[in-house]
Amino acid sequence: MESRISEKFSELKKDGRKALIAYLTCGYPDMEATYSLVLEAEKAGVDIIELGIPYSDPLADGPIIQAASEKALEKGTNIDMIFDMAGKLREKTQLPLVIMTYYNAVFRYGAEKFLEGCKSSGIDGLIVPDLPYEEKGAISEIAKNNGTDLIPLVAPTSEDRISKLVSDASGFVYCVSSKGVTGKRSGFSEGLADFMESVRKHTELPLAIGFGISNADAARSVKDMCDGVIVGSAIIERIGQGAAKGDVAGEVRPFLKTLRDAL
Amino acid sequence: MEIQNTKSKFGQFGGQFVPETLMNALIELEREFEKAIADESFMEEYRYYLKEYVGRPNPLYFAENLTRKLGGGKIYLKREDLNHTGAHKINNVLGQVLLARRMGKKRIIAETGAGQHGVATATVCAMFDLECEVFMGVEDVERQSLNVFKMKMLGARVNPVTSGTGTLKDATNEAIRDWVANVDDTFYVIGSVVGPHPYPTIVRDFQRVIGDEVKEQILAKEGRLPDYLVACVGGGSNAMGLFYPFADDKDVKMFGVEAAGLGVDTDKHAATIAKGSIGVIHGMMTYVLQDDYGQIMPVHSISAGLDYPGIGPQHAYYHSTGRVSYVPATDTEAIEGFELLTKSEGIIPALESSHAIAYLMKLAPKTSKDDIIVVCLSGRGDKDMNTIMKYVGGESYGK
Ligand SMILES: Cc1ncc(COP(=O)(O)O)c(C=O)c1O
Repeated sequence: MESRISEKFSELKKDGRKALIAYLTCGYPDMEATYSLVLEAEKAGVDIIELGIPYSDPLADGPIIQAASEKALEKGTNIDMIFDMAGKLREKTQLPLVIMTYYNAVFRYGAEKFLEGCKSSGIDGLIVPDLPYEEKGAISEIAKNNGTDLIPLVAPTSEDRISKLVSDASGFVYCVSSKGVTGKRSGFSEGLADFMESVRKHTELPLAIGFGISNADAARSVKDMCDGVIVGSAIIERIGQGAAKGDVAGEVRPFLKTLRDAL
Repeated sequence: MEIQNTKSKFGQFGGQFVPETLMNALIELEREFEKAIADESFMEEYRYYLKEYVGRPNPLYFAENLTRKLGGGKIYLKREDLNHTGAHKINNVLGQVLLARRMGKKRIIAETGAGQHGVATATVCAMFDLECEVFMGVEDVERQSLNVFKMKMLGARVNPVTSGTGTLKDATNEAIRDWVANVDDTFYVIGSVVGPHPYPTIVRDFQRVIGDEVKEQILAKEGRLPDYLVACVGGGSNAMGLFYPFADDKDVKMFGVEAAGLGVDTDKHAATIAKGSIGVIHGMMTYVLQDDYGQIMPVHSISAGLDYPGIGPQHAYYHSTGRVSYVPATDTEAIEGFELLTKSEGIIPALESSHAIAYLMKLAPKTSKDDIIVVCLSGRGDKDMNTIMKYVGGESYGK
C-alpha cells in the first residue's frame, strides 16, 4: 500500500509542482494554536506537515526552534498530547503528518509504544535527526512493520555514505542544505546542486531540501534541484510574531502563501 | 569505511547519536586517533609534553594526617591538582590538541563547566598558537569568573550559553552545534569521557596516565596494589583515568562519587547513576537524569564540574556489571571534605575532588589499618574560592 507521503509526492509530480513542507514546533505557542495552524497550513497550500516534538536538548536545531521548544515545554507539551492532537487532526484532514523528534524521546517512551502511537494517531512518517544509519536498527524494523516511513537525513558531508543512507529508506529523503543546524541562511553554496545530484544518483525517492530556507526567494532558488522544500525556523519566527500580536494565523498565512507561490 | 557497532559501544552504552553531518568526521577521528596512539613518535611527543609542560608524573602522596584522623586504611592522594593549570583535564587536552594538529585542524572548540577544561584547552592552544573558542553556560560563567578571565587572558573566546539551564549540558549542546556548522576545519576537544564514539575512548586513553602512574607508584611504595580507589564523577574522566588500568585487577574495589547536591531525595542533585535511567544525551547512550518523556532534567551541584545530567558510557557499563560502585555525596558533605583536607594536610582541593574526600570520610573508618586507599585529587580549589567564601558567609548555593 502506498503511504500518504508517497501518494502526495506522486500527485505533485503529476501536477509538476514541488512539495511545500512546513515544520511546526508542537505546543508553540500552545497546542490549540498548533492544531489550528496545521489546518490553516493545509488551506494555504502546504503539502506535508512536520510536527516537531519540543525537546530539552535539540542538538540539531538553531536558536529559533530551541527557544520555541523551551516555551512549548514550559506549557507542559508532551508526546501523549501530540499523538492526541494528531488523532483529532486525522478526523479533519488527509494531509501527510511527519513527526520530527530526538531519539531519546522515542527511546524513553518505548520504541514499540511510540510507533504504535504514530500508527493509531495517523502519523505517516518519522524524522529523528540524531539517529544516524548506524543506530537506527533499534527502530527501523518496527517502523517498517507498522507502515511508518522512517525518513533519512543526508548531509553535504555524507559523501560515500549516501548510497547506504538511502538504500532502505521510504517516504522521502531529507537533504540537509548545508552544514550546521536549523535556522535561517542568507544563501546556499554552489555545492548544493552537486550534492543534490549525487543524492539523486542513488535513489528514486523524492528529495526534500531543508535547513535554512527562510523565504520565497530561497525556496525558488533551490526548487529545481529537488521535489520538496522544508521550511521551519522562518515559520516559527512568524508564529512568535503572530503570538505577540494575538493573531498567529494572520501572521503565518500570507507567508505560507508566498512560499506556495514560489513552488 | 564501516565502523563495527561493537567497537563504538560498551555493552549497550555509548554509540553515535549525532546528526548525520558529523558521521564522517567521527569516522575520520576514530581512524586518525587509532593511527596516532599506535605511532610511537606521536606518543613520545605526548609523553614529552606531559613531563615537561604538565609536570608529570605528579606525586602519589601519603596523607598521614588524614589517615590518622579517619582511623582506617592508609590514604594516598594522587596529586592531579599539581598539574599545570590545576587539574587532570590537561592530560586529555594535550592529547587531543596534539591529535588536532596532526590532523591539520586550525580551530579548536571546547565546552566547559567548572572552567578547568576550558582553561586547559585555552592554555594548550596558546602554547601551540591555535584559535580557541570555549562554550560555557551563563551560570558557570558567573560562578567560575576567575577561570573565564584566565581563558580570555590566554587568548580564547568565551561564549556564554544562555539556552536551557545555562550549565555544562547546554554548553556541550552548543559546542556540538558549532562543530556541525564548522566540521571541516574545527576540532572539538571534548572534556570528559562522554559524547559520541570515539570520544569516550579517546579521553579515557589520554587520562589513563593517572591510573598507570598510580600502579607504578603504589607498587614502588607498598609493593602491592591498592584495596580501594575513590574518585569523583561528573562526566567521569578523572575517575576513568584512575580506574581503567585497574579494571582487570579484581581485588581492587572502586568507588565513583556523584554529586548529590541538596540530597538525592530532592530535585536538586546531579546523581546520575543513583537517580537516572538509561537514555541518550550528547550522542551517547548512558544513564541520564530525565523525565518520563525523555526530557533532560535540570541538575544541581555546588561544583560546576559535576553539574552534569549524564555520565560516560563506560561508567554506565561498569555500573551495569557491578565493577564500580557509584555513590552519592551532598554539597554539605563535599564542603566537609573540603575543610577536612584543607586543615589536615594543607591541601586545598577543588569542590569536585572534595566529593571524593567526602566519600572517603565514610569509607576509610570502615577499612582496616593495612588497607590501602587511593583517592584521585582531580584538581585544586583556587577556582572555587568565590563559592567557598559565599558558603562560609552563610549563602548556600543554588537554593
Ligand atoms: C577538578 C575537577 N575535577 C573533576 C571534574 C569532573 O570531570 P570528570 O568527571 O570528567 O573527571 C572537573 C570538571 O570540571 C574538575 O574541574
